[in-house]
Amino acid sequence: MPLDPSFIGRTYPPTAPYEVGREKIREFAEAVGDSNPVYVDTEAAKALGYSDVIAPPTFPFLLTYRAADQVVNDPELGLDFSRVVHGDQRFSYVRPVRARDRLTVTCTIESIKSLAGNDVLSVRGEVHDESGEHVVTAQMMLVSRAAEEG
Amino acid sequence: MTANVSYDQVEVGTELPAQVFPVTRATLVRYAGASGDFNPIHWNEAFALSVGLPDVIGHGMFTMAEAIRVVTDWVGDPGAVVEYGVRFTKPVVVPNDGVGAEIAVSAKVAAKLDDRRVRVDLLATSAGEKVLGMSRAVVQLA
Repeated sequence: MPLDPSFIGRTYPPTAPYEVGREKIREFAEAVGDSNPVYVDTEAAKALGYSDVIAPPTFPFLLTYRAADQVVNDPELGLDFSRVVHGDQRFSYVRPVRARDRLTVTCTIESIKSLAGNDVLSVRGEVHDESGEHVVTAQMMLVSRAAEEG
Repeated sequence: MTANVSYDQVEVGTELPAQVFPVTRATLVRYAGASGDFNPIHWNEAFALSVGLPDVIGHGMFTMAEAIRVVTDWVGDPGAVVEYGVRFTKPVVVPNDGVGAEIAVSAKVAAKLDDRRVRVDLLATSAGEKVLGMSRAVVQLA
């Protein structure tokens, strides 16, 4: 059954704050093999004008993906997650995420479309820090593949 | 932010230094742990085959993380990336043969924008297949 387009525009409550750890950034940078010192060395980060080490550009997905569980698991929406693939991903940055940030994510269903029998769901996650400053917006497109016939 | 590259130095068509990123099963297990994405299609071959995949496949977000390194290594300051988006077109298939796969990433300046920004278009391939589509970053240059 196609997803109900009346869910477009639905916004979910902000997530509990996620505190960005210096060692989590290091772990992530090592996992993607990125040796840029700005991820691990406070002095290198300060030389670029940051108050602490910053996180790689795709790091915010750790938070926004988890936050999107609210949407994916919304029983009223009724998405079949077993058939979902990640279609596309975008980030718009106000500033990089940095260590000791306490971040919340607010998810909104941006669009629901049906393409060739597949449900295409676009979710926007707005990431804010403790002071209310906007840090980054992540947009994720999920495709729920149509069930096979018969 | 402090980019190493000046807007005045680049033209449409300027190529960024290309890179090749190796991916093994160990890479994927490590990325799963660091990212919290434990979907078994990224580490369990029997499960991957059972859902119709040719083998274990890499995380799309891992490919996205590798591809932008061509840009961040070029500008020096990762905070110079203002926007970044990709479409996941084909999976990176990672066999358990001790060798794994490679993701080859090239990039070039596609447009010079206002405010000393440029749009960089990225091309990521694995085993000859384009694994990212519409892969673009907007970068703040000095």
